[in-house]
Amino acid sequence: MSAPLLLVSGLTRRFGGLVAVDGVTLEVHPGEIVGLLGPNGSGKTTVLNLISGALKSDAGSVSLRGQALEKLPAFRIAREGVARTFQLVRVLGSMTCKENVIAGLAFGTKSRWGNEADAAALALLDRVGLGGRADVMTSELTYIDQKRLELARALAMQPELLLLDEWLAGLNPTELRDGIELVRSLRAEGRTILMVEHVMDAIRSLCDRCYVMNAGKKIAEGKPKDVLADPEVIRAYLGDADA
Amino acid sequence: MSARNVSIAVALAALVVALAFVPSVANGYQLSLAINIMNYTVLATAWTLFSGPTRYVSLATVAFFGIGAYTVAVLGEVLAWPLVLLVAFAIGFVLSLFVGLATLRLSGVYFVIFTFGLAELVRQLVTWYEVNVTRTLGRYVFVDITTEQIYWQLLALAVVVFLSGWLIQRSKLGLALRVIGDDEAVARHVGINTTLAKVVLFAFSASFMTLAGAVMAPRWTYIDPAIAFNPVVSFQVLIMALLGGVQRLYGPVFGVIPLVMLFEVLLAKFPNHFSIMVGIAFLLIVYAIPRGIVGLIEGAQLSLFRMKGAKA
Repeated sequence: MSAPLLLVSGLTRRFGGLVAVDGVTLEVHPGEIVGLLGPNGSGKTTVLNLISGALKSDAGSVSLRGQALEKLPAFRIAREGVARTFQLVRVLGSMTCKENVIAGLAFGTKSRWGNEADAAALALLDRVGLGGRADVMTSELTYIDQKRLELARALAMQPELLLLDEWLAGLNPTELRDGIELVRSLRAEGRTILMVEHVMDAIRSLCDRCYVMNAGKKIAEGKPKDVLADPEVIRAYLGDADA
Repeated sequence: MSARNVSIAVALAALVVALAFVPSVANGYQLSLAINIMNYTVLATAWTLFSGPTRYVSLATVAFFGIGAYTVAVLGEVLAWPLVLLVAFAIGFVLSLFVGLATLRLSGVYFVIFTFGLAELVRQLVTWYEVNVTRTLGRYVFVDITTEQIYWQLLALAVVVFLSGWLIQRSKLGLALRVIGDDEAVARHVGINTTLAKVVLFAFSASFMTLAGAVMAPRWTYIDPAIAFNPVVSFQVLIMALLGGVQRLYGPVFGVIPLVMLFEVLLAKFPNHFSIMVGIAFLLIVYAIPRGIVGLIEGAQLSLFRMKGAKA
């Protein structure tokens, strides 16, 4: 197998007495879609926050193409090629859709600006299904469209690694089908994705491999169908049979 | 450039030329009013340059303004006038870089309080220095600058502030600040060095305020820390910017003109109750027009546009 694009090793983060992430090790190879699952509060989002630099780790390492990220501020990590969406969707409320995407285009290492950025922004809006909405204010978008917009902003950064934090959560069945198609089309482009997700259908149909966390620790890894059948994973989600 | 932009540029240039002739038609009182308006236009626009997009409310305006005035009081007779202004700009820039680095990690109400504290701190430091080292609290400002020259310098400074603001808005820095104002976490995650962007803009904004203080200093022949660092100035600048509207660079002007007039009237009619009246004006503005006059106008335009759309 090729060298991993992302290598996370022994990652640990404490909040006071709570160890939210406890020695987590995982890797993501180029072109893979990897799922990160686990019950609520198991530390999945914290792992994403540690990778993207939103939080600093207490111990462990994160490296992209062999370069250490764990000491870098978030904006440097973004410029190194890590883009993300947020669990609670975060669009820029005072701006139009196009400006939101330009915010993703303008500041990376492959920064684009002016007419070039305008054209790229329109293409990206088309790409995520927001064609023709360029001048609409983000506050007028529906929830799914805000999620699409957030994805367009992340893609605008031309990331090597895309972190999706429950990007499919809170969608109705039709929207969910569209959402899964959209993520699948990203795989066709050869993108590498690490996604935190609860929607089992999405995990089964999208992920090459997944990791399962419980109470801050990694408890399983492997192909989705094997992992989801793992007794310990079932116990983490549903509790013991005799409980 | 489109034809519309060209005509706007020509109109603005004509406006500046027309304003340059104000001293030749105005009487003494009118000129002093014009100077006040010009001074607050510079201060409120410089304030909006930083605080508008980032939504970091600064009450440090008078700290920088006062430092500018004191630079003139100390160096006015030693150096040539352009050099004095240059030194004032440099002091303002360097000091604001330090302040920016120290404070811009703060946000929300902590930043507001810190900037207010900063203005008081600078005032107390200057007072302490004057009392203990020079042993006189006040200073005389003797420089050979006429009232007309003060007006023209402020006009030139206003042009510079507007031009820089316009250039910044069109630049990546301008977009970066708007992203920061909307959501700082997103800003960091799209690769914006948020600290750098904020500090650079804060420094520019503060340096313009320092220059305004330097230019205004010859208006008073005598200054002391209570005059130069009067905290009311910071609050007035804030309320003028809010009344005008901070979403647009030209917004504050719509607040400066009516409020300078109002304060003028209040000072003349209610000299003893001035602060109370200013406080009431504050409350009314924040309560009644939170988005400022520009916001009102744009809101009206938008609903007019929608009404037409609905009919069509």
